[in-house]
This record gives sequence, structure tokens and C-alpha cells, in this order.
Amino acid sequence: MYDFAYQKPSSLADAVKALSADPEAKALAGGMTLIPVLKQRLNKPTVVVDLAKLGLVGVSVSGNTVTISGMTTHGAVAGDAGLKGKIPSLTELASHIGDEAVRHRGTIGGSLANNDPAADYPAAALALGATIKTDRRSIKADDFFQGMFATALEQGELITAVEFPAPEKGAYEKFRNPASRYAIVGVYVAKTAGRVRVAVTGAGQNGVFRHTAMEQALSANFAPDAIAGIATPPDGMNSDIHASAEYRAHLVGVMAKRAVARAY
Amino acid sequence: MPQVTLTVNGKQHTVEVENRTLLVELLREKLGLTGTHVGCDTSQCGACVVHVDGVSAKSCTMLALQADGTSVLTIEGLAAADGALHPMQEMFREHHALQCGFCTPGMVMSAIDLVNSHPQGLTEKQIREGLEGNLCRCTGYHNIVKAIAAAWPLMHGRAAAAE
Amino acid sequence: MPFEGIGASVRRKEDARFLSGRGNYTDDINRPGQLHAFIRRSDRPHARINSIDTTAAAKAPGVVAVYTGADMAADNVGGLPCGWQIHNKDGSPMAEPPHPVIAVGKVRHVGDPVAVVIADTKQAAKDAAELIVIDYQDLPAAASLRDAVASGAALVHDDVPGNICYDWHIGDKAMIDAAFAGAAKVVKLDLTNNRLIPNAMEPRAAVGEFDGHSGDYTLYTTSQNPHVIRLLMGAFVLHIPENKLRVVAPDVGGGFGSKIYHYAEEAIVTWAAGKLRRPVKWTAERNESFMSDAHGRDHDSTAEMALDANGNFLALRISTLANMGGYLSTFAPCIPTYLYATLLAGVYKTPLIYCEVKAVFTNTVPVDAYRGAGRPEATFLLERLVDACAHDTGMDRVAIRRQNFIAADAFPYQTPVALQYDSGNYQATLDGCLKAADYAGFEGRRAAAAARGKLRGIGVSTYIEACGIAPSAVVGSLGARAGLYEVANIKVHPTGSVTVYTGTHSHGQGHETTLAQLVCEQLGVPIEQVDVVHGDTAKIPFGMGTYGSRSLAVGGTAMVKAMDKIIAKGKKIAAHLMEASVDDIEFKDNKFTVAGTDKVKSLTDISLAAYVPHNYPIDELEPGLDETAFYDPKNFTFPGGCHIAEVEIDRDTGIVEVVNFVAVDDVGRVINPMIVEGQVQGGVAQGIGQALLEHAVYDSSGQLLSGSMMDYTMPRADDLPNITVATETTLCTHNPLGVKGCGEVGAIGSPPAIINALVDALKAYGVRHIEMPATPQKLWSIIQGGAPRMAAE
Repeated sequence: MYDFAYQKPSSLADAVKALSADPEAKALAGGMTLIPVLKQRLNKPTVVVDLAKLGLVGVSVSGNTVTISGMTTHGAVAGDAGLKGKIPSLTELASHIGDEAVRHRGTIGGSLANNDPAADYPAAALALGATIKTDRRSIKADDFFQGMFATALEQGELITAVEFPAPEKGAYEKFRNPASRYAIVGVYVAKTAGRVRVAVTGAGQNGVFRHTAMEQALSANFAPDAIAGIATPPDGMNSDIHASAEYRAHLVGVMAKRAVARAY
Repeated sequence: MPQVTLTVNGKQHTVEVENRTLLVELLREKLGLTGTHVGCDTSQCGACVVHVDGVSAKSCTMLALQADGTSVLTIEGLAAADGALHPMQEMFREHHALQCGFCTPGMVMSAIDLVNSHPQGLTEKQIREGLEGNLCRCTGYHNIVKAIAAAWPLMHGRAAAAE
Repeated sequence: MPFEGIGASVRRKEDARFLSGRGNYTDDINRPGQLHAFIRRSDRPHARINSIDTTAAAKAPGVVAVYTGADMAADNVGGLPCGWQIHNKDGSPMAEPPHPVIAVGKVRHVGDPVAVVIADTKQAAKDAAELIVIDYQDLPAAASLRDAVASGAALVHDDVPGNICYDWHIGDKAMIDAAFAGAAKVVKLDLTNNRLIPNAMEPRAAVGEFDGHSGDYTLYTTSQNPHVIRLLMGAFVLHIPENKLRVVAPDVGGGFGSKIYHYAEEAIVTWAAGKLRRPVKWTAERNESFMSDAHGRDHDSTAEMALDANGNFLALRISTLANMGGYLSTFAPCIPTYLYATLLAGVYKTPLIYCEVKAVFTNTVPVDAYRGAGRPEATFLLERLVDACAHDTGMDRVAIRRQNFIAADAFPYQTPVALQYDSGNYQATLDGCLKAADYAGFEGRRAAAAARGKLRGIGVSTYIEACGIAPSAVVGSLGARAGLYEVANIKVHPTGSVTVYTGTHSHGQGHETTLAQLVCEQLGVPIEQVDVVHGDTAKIPFGMGTYGSRSLAVGGTAMVKAMDKIIAKGKKIAAHLMEASVDDIEFKDNKFTVAGTDKVKSLTDISLAAYVPHNYPIDELEPGLDETAFYDPKNFTFPGGCHIAEVEIDRDTGIVEVVNFVAVDDVGRVINPMIVEGQVQGGVAQGIGQALLEHAVYDSSGQLLSGSMMDYTMPRADDLPNITVATETTLCTHNPLGVKGCGEVGAIGSPPAIINALVDALKAYGVRHIEMPATPQKLWSIIQGGAPRMAAE
């Protein structure tokens, strides 16, 4: 990788300041995406701002809302008993991100800020109607994701926490890329009182998206059969050596049905 | 040059690094601990897995500076002072869970973490899934899975028969 | 002493080292004053190099030197040699274009070296390499076999018309065509053997060193055969005589064929070390492995079987295009010829076989041997074709095999494609495998799976391979430019311990244990007193290395021959010490005895006398107990067997689960059953990888799309089943150990077993063949496209 300056601020304000001052600065959370990108010399930051000293770690449950601090690792999310009691589908999702060693370091804030089109957390945030808390504001998930690797975050803006309202039930089904194990298609289905949200990751050229046709059908009848007839058009789907757009479109339906059947 | 202070296999070191130096480079090149290997550059293979503060981490996907103040355990630090192998090392040997040996250090470190994090028991399926981050090209994994299953009761202090 | 000889599952001597991080791999080696090389590689599939400007790179911090192909040419550095010459149908030699160490004039594949930067650190070298300015003129690329042989295709080498390296054949075409004309039935299948990337877990590395006082060069390298590297690099590339060049292949982290060849980087670091008088180290990043390690397989074939009305095979006719890549790798030409076409008889008594092979240059990484090398391609083709014969004739898949098997009492059996099989029993391995896999109970399991909504299938593959490579005179007549004997030096030390110096090389196979077991068996020395040394031309007399499952059959036999000499000499010493006739001396269990008496001398008594010859037949016998044997095998060895795979397909996604895999192999006598089982399991994992997961994909422009482990699917633990391994033994008749070889059988027998199982699972959808890798999308497309001919269960 190219060399860079390195800072490890101990306050959020200092971190935000360092990142705001320099458009070429990069925030380092768990590093599970950033470091491979740097190793491939695909990015040349002037300064890497390590967020490890900011705290921002932990999961808290209050009423029907779960708040996960931005630097909480996937492993910590997967193993949190309180969260599991409220949103077991979310702990399960976290337990299948990357591999064990990656889950020990990768963070929810890092994943959402990166908005990799094949990442798992964006599907959870969008389907559960999460609120992304930053150093300066709250952003609804519906407004947060703005296309592949693009988010509503401003220069230097850092995710401090993510608030998830607990659904009645939910499930995430993933069809993995056999090589990278990222999602080729991942569908998160969440049912709350009278409302169903379906978020799809991995498939779309613009990153995570809500499947409104399925949401309508499932809001009327939360059963796999309700979406059996809903075809997902291949237009706008990713296509690569592992899966064509048509196959991905088909898998969206399969994963959605399975998620509905398994929602818990 | 920036400095990193960390404990490796129980011994504290202060090492000068570049900001871009990876933990695995620090271990291999600065401390001469060449048991930890680099098998890929995309965080897939797991040959570089060590324990950082008690849990597995890919040392090729971690800056040395991120390891400042941590305690790192590598394959060289597993055996007892008298040379007695860790039960996982013993079971790998007993069950022929290694061939060329290149993936072995990372595989063993991941396997120990897997057993540590499953005190209630480990099924074959859990072991296979738990090895998602470690590639072996020689064994077909069959014997690695057997070795980890055999190490579980030894590490949790229970006789296999009791399970 | 516990039994540690032939047949014991002795735990491996090398494991303590590997398990405690004390292995010594090439990248672990650092020499005083060492510099680091980084290679700037072509990112173009095919381009003319108009100019290379290294000025800025040379001035970059830490840079010591920047070299291009012109610098090497100016120093009279030769090209990378090819070790095998094939002749065309008309008798003319194959096209053998130059393979410069660093590209000159043109780049021919993504990954072709264009320049090397040598600097104080690897990072400095890599930083500077980006500053090299290369002016390319892009050329159209011949990215695939079909593209390369199309009329008007871009020429990879300007003076190789049609990109044809050779157009070779074996068999009598007229006779075969006549047999086809008269056949009751002809079954035809077009099939591809997918291109693979070996991906040994240890990336290649090399450290070159030069001693300015002695003029001695040393190369540490990730090689399966250091003497071959010394020969090729010394004689053809750098012109360094053997006495001035030491090649060390220390612990090597897997090879699978990919570390046989002499690679550019070995020559670069050795040459540069001499120029700069400092050690130079290069270690591949994995992305470089993808674009510079020789790839494997990559055949397109048409196969036809002529049958009589009763399902007897009458004649086999094959036409194959084989990809050579952009240059000829060391052994590339022999893979699709003498390691492929000669195996097309398989386990069947097909009387007539014709095969023609066109080897084709393309703008891709060179292709060479990868685990099995030619034999997996032959086996996949044949075992798919046999299943297609069953499909098209309505015969049972097992019955048609059994009916056409070479009979167990027909050995030695001369095939129509040059090989003579010495032993085998294909009925026995088939029966053993059918039983172990509960083939008879399969339909019940199919129905149970159907009730769960899964498509279940079972597939059988009965295969043979040729290994124990190879009789030198035979391979020499076929175009090999080397002998393929093996060498062992055995030193019985004064106090009776033993060091074995073998010309074979272990990079996972466990030679330090298995070869020591041979010493336990023959000399009766406890295994902890036996050390096996390999991988260093300064220590080992000579050797051809390890590939083609040859180490035991050839290298082990060389050891037996050396130990025979030890025993013969020991008997003379014993006869002297015990005042008996040498003819009356017997040796067994580490002891020399005089027949019919209770006189006894241990091997240690004899070795001590040999090195302290105070009371010694010094007039007749040299002191010492140190013997060397070169062994040239009389024939190939012919392991064979049966693999059965059982699979389940998820209808909705096409995801395959291999639910059972049984391999029953005849590998000859088994020295260490634990190690044999591990070798077969590892081979099967690579075979399942080929069948379901792995594929080196180039786009039409010649860019490698599967250029990292993010896109090239390496089999993981949860992709694979438990693999049941058993053996049925017939002994090899022409080596004293009776061994055949076990390193490649797993990768050879398994791919068609998997595909046959998938075709079986999908038979309701009218499918007759599925190309590898059988990805979920491919299977889903079949399920989508072909409406079931039968009603759903």
C-alpha cells in the first residue's frame, strides 16, 4: 500500500475534525474493507484516522429499540444476548458476515458507511427501518443508502450508532458468492405491526434496495405464497462470472420466500 | 518513525514501523516470527491468523499500529515452556490434519479460537462453517475437522466419552 | 520397538516443526544485505512494447537497480527452456518460440514480466515500479482456444502460423474410421476440461545470492525439483556450471505441479544477485500467483465411441484442442499428448483408439501440469463418454463398464495407445466402491431426497492413471529432454543412525516419514534414528524431484537399491568379523547372523567397524557404509480405481451438496495408510473443486476475470463432504516395493464421478452432459430450461 499519515484521536470531535479537514482522509474502523483496498493500492489516503479510541462500542436495548454503537464488531453483535432476545434475525445476520476472524474486527459503522453493494448490514438497516446516528444528526435508512458505495454521510461525518426498532419477526437469507462469500443476493424481510419491509442486497447495480412489490403483497398476506407470483425484473441487476442478472433476479424471489417462511 | 508497543507471546516489544506496516509484517520481518504466513492479499486464506487480545484476527488485514497496546499470540507461542504441544497441535499431528504445513499455523490459531468460543460443544457442521476463513489446498479438510473435534474435549477438560 | 515399517500409520516426523511455526519456507529466508525485487507485469493481454522508460523509477528512494528484458539480453541471458519436444503428424518438430525471462518486443499475457525493480525494501521496489512508463501498442488478443484457432486470429507469436504449437496424433486413423463406419452405434460428446489455477497456499518465492569471492551462486526457491532448476537455469538461461550453482528448495508449501517449472523470477533474482553482488529476494503476492503460476487443464474435445449392438466398445476417436498459453512452460507439450492421449484406453479393452491433439498458443498464462496432468483430462472425457454411451444405448452405467473392463487375468495388458499395464483389478475396486457407497440402496435415498424436494443423483467413475514417471529411454524417444530416474544416497553413520538423501522433494507428501519407514523396514533402524534430507543440490547427489506420483515408485526404489548395497557390503564386513563365509551371512531386523549358528552382529557393530576399520577386510573393501543408487524405472505404474459421488441439488437455487464420496483406489502396496488416505482426500477435494467450483475465466480481450480469491473459488471446509477412502491392492510388478503412487488419483477419478452424479440427478430434465464447473447457475438453467420429461415426484 501507499504510505499515509496516521492519527488515532481519542475524541469524536477530534476525529471529525481530522476527517473534515482533508478530503483525502480516510476513517479506519475495523479495516476489513479499507485495508484490503489500501493493499491493492486502489486508494491513496493522505491520512488514515483510526477510530479505535473513540469508544463507540456496545449494544443497548431500551423498550423496543436496540442501539448498536458504530464501532461494535460483527462478532459482538452476533453474540449479544439482549439483541438476540429482540431481533434474533439481526444477530444471525451478523454471525454470517465474513468469517470468524473478520467478525472480530469488522464493525457495523464501517460496513454501513462503506455501503458495499454486496454487504449484509445495509439490507438489515433498510428492512428494519433503522436510524443511523452520526456525530451531527440522525438519518433514516431510507435516506442513507444512495447507490453503490454512496451514502448520505458528509465529508468527515461519522456513524456513532445505529438504532433498530425490533420487528415482530424477520429473517435474512443469503445466497453467497462461492469465492468471496459476499452476498450475490441477500434478502432481509421484516414484519412490524401491519407493515412489511423487504430489502435486497447484492443483486442491484445501485446497491441495496427495497422490493416494494413484495412489501405490498406481504403486508396483505405474510406468507411465501403471497410473493410466489412476483417476478423481479433482471433490469438493473448485477451480472458477473458467478451470476447473471436473470439468475440474480430469480434468486431474489427464492431468498425472499425462504426469509418469509423462516421469519422468527 | 512511529513506534508500536505490544506483547507477543508474553514478551513485550517496542518496534519501529511505517504507518503502512501490517501486523503480519511486524511479526515476520521485525520480530522474526516467521511461523505466521501470508497466503493471499484479499483476506481470504487465513494463513496469517493470530490471536489479538485473545481472539482470532487476520494479521494481514491489520495495521501494526492498530495492534499498539495489544497482546498477540502466534503459533510460536502455543507450546508450553517445556515444549509440550497445545492439545490442538497434538490433535493435528495425531489426525494427519496437515500436509505442506503452510496453512497450518493460521488453521491451528483459528481452530483454537473456534473451540474456545464454543464451550457447549461443536458439531461437524459448526467446525466446517467455523473454518470459512481458512483455506487449505492439501488435506481436503477432512482430517482438520477430525482433529478439531478431537481437540474440543481436551481443551474443555472433558473426556471424549463424557460427551 | 513399535512397528514403524511398511504398512504402519506412523505419525509424521515433520509435523512438530510445522505445528510450532518452525517450518523454513523460502519467504522465511533472509540473507545479510538482502535486496527486494518487485516485478512490473503487463496489464495488457497482447501488446507491442514501443518503449520502456525506467528513469523515474531508478531515481526513486531506496532503488538500487531497474532491469528490463534488454538488460538481460545484453548480458547474454537465455530464454526459459522447454523440456519436451513433440513432433507434428508430418514428423516435423513443434513450434518452439522463444520465452524471454523478461518480455522483449511484445507482451503475450497479463502478468508477463516487463521490468524488475530492485530496492532496499519490497515497498520501495513496488512504489518505484509504478513509476516505470511503458508505451504499449495494444494488439488484438487470442484469448481462448476457439478464438486462437479461428481464421484471421491474432498471432501470439508472429512466426507461429495459426497459433498452432503442434498438430500431433496417435493411432491409425484409417483403421478407426473404418471401425466407426461399420459400428452399430456411435456416441458423440463435445466437452471442455475447465482451466484451473493451482493455488498452492504458499505463493512462489525466490532468493538469489552470489559470493563474489568464490563465484558461487545460491538460489533458494519454492520448487518441487531443485536439481531440474539447477540444470535448466544453469545450462540454458544463466550459463552457470553446476559446480557454481546451488539450488535449495526448503520447506515448500504445496506444489500440485505448479512448482515443477523453471520460472522467470528464479532467473531474475539469481542474475540480479550476481550483477549487484547482494542477495535479492522476490515473493509473489497472490495476485501475481494468479497471473504467473502455470495454469492447468484447458482442453476442448470431441469424443466419439463406436459400439457394437451389444454395447461392446469397438473404437474411440478423439480430437482435442489444448491450450498452451502465451509461452511453452517447462513440460507443457507432453501433458496433452503422452500424459493424456496414452491414457485414453482407461480401464477398458477398447481395441482401437485414435487421438489427435492441436496445441494452441493463446494470450493467457502458460498452461502446464496440474495435479494429475493430462490424466484427469483423459479420465473426464472417457468417463463422461462411457456414461453417455449408457445413456444413448439405454444400458446400465455400471454394467456397460463391467462388460468392457480389461479382465483381471489379462495383465500385462497392452493398450492400443502405447502403454502396457502391468497389474490391476478393476472389478475389485468397482465392487468395493459399490459396496462402500451402498450403490444398491441408492434409489431409496433418491426417493427420500425427492420427498424433501431435492434432486439426488449418483455417479460412478472407473479410472486408471499412469505415474511413477518414468522410464528414461521411453520418454526420451517421445521427446523428453531429460531422464526421469531417481537417486538415493543412504548414509549409515558410525553409530548406526541413518540419513537418507533423496532426489525427490516433499512439499506436503510426508516423505520425511514415509521414506524413513522404508529404512525401518529394510534396515530395522528405529524411525527416530532415520532422517530424510531433500531439496538441496549441495547435499543430494542428483534427483529429478517430485511430480507424477513418482517419489515412492522411483525414489523409494532407488532407496531400496541403495540399501541393498548397504546390506551386501555389511554382509562382507560381518563375514570378516564373525569369521564366516559371506554366503552364510543373513540380514534381518537390524542383525547380521551366520546361518545355523548363534553368531550375531548388529548393524551398529558393522557400521562402527566400517568407519573404524581396525579389524576390517581393508584389502578387499573400502571403509564406510554409505551407498548411492540411481534407479531408472522399467515402466510407468498404473494406479486405478473407482470413485462414487452422491449429490443433492436444490431445485430453487441449483446449489449442490456432495452428500457422499467414496474412493476405492488401487495404489499398489501402501507404506503409510494414514498418509495415503490424506493424499486421496486432498486429491478428491481438488477434483470436487474442478467439478463444482474452480474456473480460470478470461474475458474475450484476454483479461483474467478470476484473478483473485475473491473470484476464483477455492474449496472451503463447508464445500466438501467427508471423503471415505479405501484401497484394494494389486502390486506393481516391476518395482521391488510393489508401489504405484497415490498423489494424483483423487484429482483424476473424482471430477467425472461428480458430473455423472449431477447428470443422473437431472436426468428427468433431459440433460446428457454438464460442463465443469457445474455452478448453481448452470444447474438452475438446466432445471429452468428443460421441463421434466417425467412428472415431478
